Amino acid sequence: MEIVYALAIGVLTGSGVWLLLRPRTFQVIIGFSLLSYAVNLFIFGMGRLAVHLPPIIATLDPDPTRFDDPVPQALVLTAIVISFATTALFLVVLLASRGLTGTDHVDGEEEPEP
Amino acid sequence: MSWLQHLPVLPVVIPLVAGAVMLLFAESRRTTRTFIALSATLANLAVAALLVYVANRGLPEIWPEGIAVYLLGGWEAPFGIVLVADRLSAVMLMLTAVLALASLVYALARWKRMGPHFQSLFQFLIMGVNGAFLTGDLFNLFVFVEVLLAASYGLLLHGLGAARVKAGLHYIVINLAASLVFLIGVALIYGASGTLNMADLAVRVPGLDDGDRILFEAGAAILGVAFLVKAGAWPLNFWLPAAYGAAAAPVAAAFSILTKVGIYALLRLGSLLSVSGAPAPFNDGWLFGIGMVTLALGTAGMLSVQQPQRLAAYCVIVSAGTLLAALGLGGEGMKGAAMFYLVSSVLATGAFFMLSEMIERTQRFGDNAIDVSLESFGLDDPLDPDRPDEVVGIVLPAAMAFLGLSFVSCALLVTGLPPLSGFVGKFMILSATLGTAPLEAVPASTWALWAAMLGSGLVGIIALCRMGMRLFWSSDEIVTPRLHLTEAAPVAVLLLLSMGLTAGAGPAANYLALTEISLSSPRIYIDAVLGNGLLSSPSNGAGEPE
Repeated sequence: MEIVYALAIGVLTGSGVWLLLRPRTFQVIIGFSLLSYAVNLFIFGMGRLAVHLPPIIATLDPDPTRFDDPVPQALVLTAIVISFATTALFLVVLLASRGLTGTDHVDGEEEPEP
Repeated sequence: MSWLQHLPVLPVVIPLVAGAVMLLFAESRRTTRTFIALSATLANLAVAALLVYVANRGLPEIWPEGIAVYLLGGWEAPFGIVLVADRLSAVMLMLTAVLALASLVYALARWKRMGPHFQSLFQFLIMGVNGAFLTGDLFNLFVFVEVLLAASYGLLLHGLGAARVKAGLHYIVINLAASLVFLIGVALIYGASGTLNMADLAVRVPGLDDGDRILFEAGAAILGVAFLVKAGAWPLNFWLPAAYGAAAAPVAAAFSILTKVGIYALLRLGSLLSVSGAPAPFNDGWLFGIGMVTLALGTAGMLSVQQPQRLAAYCVIVSAGTLLAALGLGGEGMKGAAMFYLVSSVLATGAFFMLSEMIERTQRFGDNAIDVSLESFGLDDPLDPDRPDEVVGIVLPAAMAFLGLSFVSCALLVTGLPPLSGFVGKFMILSATLGTAPLEAVPASTWALWAAMLGSGLVGIIALCRMGMRLFWSSDEIVTPRLHLTEAAPVAVLLLLSMGLTAGAGPAANYLALTEISLSSPRIYIDAVLGNGLLSSPSNGAGEPE
């Protein structure tokens, strides 16, 4: 499971960074979405990968192998909300930029044709 | 005494409530909103002043050490969210409150009318900055930094205009990327050490085994990169001149505290981790090198620009570079000296941003950017002399004299020439580098810092002289601008405060020296946060088993 998980994060990060470096604003925002998925998965991974374990200690026996780490889940929840909100905000700025400059190039102007 | 116990949470709650309440009033009810904003900012200032007092003197009943700890929801420290106000936080809060009040008053003249919800966004910005200075754990540092960034995106775009949107787009992209880097660093640190509370982290790090220690240091390095982006360090600062140069003047003035959030985070984490040897980005030659390059390129940037506001943005970079280099070099008395320089430079750049916008009004062509935004919002030009209800601007007869004097003061402050507080700050840093060592034993890096700081002062004064001559002495094209009292007063107050800082340099330096002492003995901070020494006594601090 760790290998699949690591590969997923790697692929998402690689695609995200590549898209982030593209000149079109739409590609940049998709790159950000992919990157934030990768980061959220990474935070989950940092809390130990486990299957079918509750994140809350239900019994009196605080054996750490019998429950999942709840902190990364709380962190991911917050991070998702924040990245969703900032992505939405970024989208509005993209539209404003598109409207004001008439192009979707990140610099607001097209490079001249070679 | 019960209400005093809640003092540390007020700097977050007051702007939050004020910003939210203002949303309930229609945009047209300007007087009400202005009243709320002003009273919230004044209350914020009062709370910050009280916190400085508490941090300095201590409260015998609740916080005898002067470190105000607030457990949100009453959860014990390593498990719950904790706000901590010590001397360092308190002085940063005070600085934020002063700067916020000045920018807000400046904005009252006309900037707040340029777009919707300026006042609310401004309060949320203050809330984020205050929270970042107060928070005691890494993840909430991330959350508060996001709050202040989200507000700053809105404020940067305030007034619109193509240049602003373009700069804002780049600013948002860089900061979103930095936030993701920040999260990766936080997650790695949590994975390696099992805690996010900074005090708990300082206790646990010495006990990490080798594998976890490497992971932790990698996480800290990644986190350091995120902080350096916020601090405006080279090579991560190319967004800064464009963004700060394009922002509306009061917004840019308020932004001059934002880069200091990164510096604060580096200082705070570095001091807490210094017991076990802070990782590279927080306390090492790396920071010195980055700071030196930032300082050099910021200085070169000052020479390269023509607009006053861009020049002010490069002053921010120069001050960030000076601080990073000074903190990287270290030495006894250095943190206190760097804090003095920080306070002085924030006041100076804040005043400079507001002043530069007023100066640009002396040029006939200076209002292009504003015209665009006015059209897009369908507003009347408040500067138009034909406007029937003339509310903005009594003509100060001494407007030009005021502008010139303020410009000279700003120039002296940002370049660190005597007699103002910029000089005192620079002098304190330089004298702290020498320490008590004999002159032959002073390392080359110290001389490099001397050369860079004095050189940047010289180049800065050249750049500012050139700009001053072009702006004030090219007699033909100059228009005497209309200055509203609420625009001139904040600049004057900030400059007077810097002068007061010069006059009161002794008490201020004493306070900051005490700040440094409490920073270099993090044990007190750690014990205060982790339940007054109940959870960890000083004797078993190092190498405590997990």
